[in-house]
Amino acid sequence: MPLVTFAPQLQRHVPCPPQQVPAGSLDTVLRTAFMAAPMIERYVLDEQGAVRKHVAVFVNNEMIAKRNDLSQPLTDSDAVWVIQALSGG
Amino acid sequence: MTMATLLLATRKGVFVVERSPVSGWAVIGHHFQGDAVTRVFADPRDGAWYAALRHGHYGVKLQKSLDRGASWTEIPAPAFPKKPEHDPWANDETPWTVELVWALAPGAVNEPGVLWAGCMPAAVFRSGDGGASWQLCESFWLDERRRAWMGGGNDYPGMHSVCVDPRDSRHVTVAISCGGVWTTHDAGAKWELIGKGLEAPYTPPDLAFDPNVQDVHSISACAAEPDVIWAQHHCGVYRSVDGGVNFTRLPAPMPGDFGFVIVADPANPLRAWVVPAVSDANRYAIDGAMCVCRTDDGGQTWRQFRSGLPQHHAYHLVYRHGLALAPATGGERTLAMASTTGGVWISDDAGEAWSTLDASLPPVAAVTWSV
Repeated sequence: MPLVTFAPQLQRHVPCPPQQVPAGSLDTVLRTAFMAAPMIERYVLDEQGAVRKHVAVFVNNEMIAKRNDLSQPLTDSDAVWVIQALSGG
Repeated sequence: MTMATLLLATRKGVFVVERSPVSGWAVIGHHFQGDAVTRVFADPRDGAWYAALRHGHYGVKLQKSLDRGASWTEIPAPAFPKKPEHDPWANDETPWTVELVWALAPGAVNEPGVLWAGCMPAAVFRSGDGGASWQLCESFWLDERRRAWMGGGNDYPGMHSVCVDPRDSRHVTVAISCGGVWTTHDAGAKWELIGKGLEAPYTPPDLAFDPNVQDVHSISACAAEPDVIWAQHHCGVYRSVDGGVNFTRLPAPMPGDFGFVIVADPANPLRAWVVPAVSDANRYAIDGAMCVCRTDDGGQTWRQFRSGLPQHHAYHLVYRHGLALAPATGGERTLAMASTTGGVWISDDAGEAWSTLDASLPPVAAVTWSV
C-alpha cells in the first residue's frame, strides 16, 4: 500500500504520522490519509480541492506538476510526501 | 484607569498584555509563536477569544479559546463553496479561496454565537454557532458589481470593516478596499451599495464618485449614535450621519489626511481618532514623527498629539486595526496603538499623551481589548 508522509513542519499544526493506505488515485490516497487527522485536509488542499500554492506533493521523487490534478494512479510501492514548498527563500 | 487585557495580533503570534498596579503594562502571554496572526478578537458577550492565523504555506486558520488563552482549539475557517464550472463565474479571476480573515465582529447581545467575518478576497461570512460553521453571504459574493473592485495594496480586494448596528443586529455595514461601503438590513440576505460622496480622484474622472470603486481604508461607527459612521478613505477623512448612505469629506487633520485607521468614540458622536501617514507609496509617519489626531467637534477641527510618541526617524505605520479604545464604564478613555515596526503605545487620556509599552515586537496587524 502507498506510504503517505506529512512533513514535520506541517505536523507542528496537525499531528499525523506516516501511514499506509490502499492504492488508488493520488486524490483518493490523500483523502484516505486525511481521515486519520481530518483537520489536515485544509492545510494541504484549499477549498477548491487544489494543493495549496505553497505546498508541494511528491510521488516518489517527482513533484506533481498540476496543483488541481490529483488523478494519477498510485501503486502499492509508491511513496507520497507532502511538504512545504520552499518558495523564494 | 482600565484594567482590561490588551491583545496584539502580530506577524509572530498573539501577545497578551495586562497592567499591573505595581509594574505597569507588560506582556504576560504569547500564543502561536512564529505564526502570522491577522486579527484577534475578544467576544464581549461570552469572553471567547478568536485568532485568525495566516500560515504562509497552509492557508487561513481560526483558533478559539474559552479560557483566555490557556488553551486553544482550531475551528473551521470561512471557506468559499466550489467555484462554478459554468458562466457567469467560471472564469472569475478572483480566486474562490479565503486568503485572509481581516474582520471579526460579534452579533448583538441577544444573539449569542452570531459572528461576522470579513475576508480577502472581499466576502462576508456569518456564523450562528460561535464559529463552529460559517455561511457565505452568497448574494454579496455573486453581485456582478464586484468585478469592478480592485485590490488596494494587495492582490485582491478585501473586507476589513464590519459594523453591526446595536439597535438592529440585522443591519450590518461593511467596507472594502477597494469596493466601497455596503449595507444589509436583513442579516445578509440582500446588500445595498451606499457611500455617496466618497471621492477617488485618482480614477478616470467619470468614476471618481462611483461608490463601487472607493478605497475605504476603514470605517468605525459610534455605538451611541450608530448612524454616525467615520471613514478613513484613501483620499481623506469622511463622516456620515445617515448610516453611511452619504459621506461628507472633513477638513484635513494636520499634518495630513492619509492613513489607515479611524476609531469612533462609542459614546460621543463628535469624537474620533486617526493616525496620519505620508501616502500609499510612502507608508510611514509624516516627517518620521508620529502623531495621533483627534477631533471633538465632528471633524471640523483636529488636534494633534505627539507627547510620548517617537519624533525622530520613526517610520512606523499603524494599520487599519492598529488603534483601539478600551471598553469603559465611565469617562475614562484608554487607547492602545501599535505599528508595523513593532512599536506599542498606551494612552490613558484619550490620546493626548502616550507611553511606550514595547518598541521591538513583531509587526502588529491588529490590537483589541478583552474585558
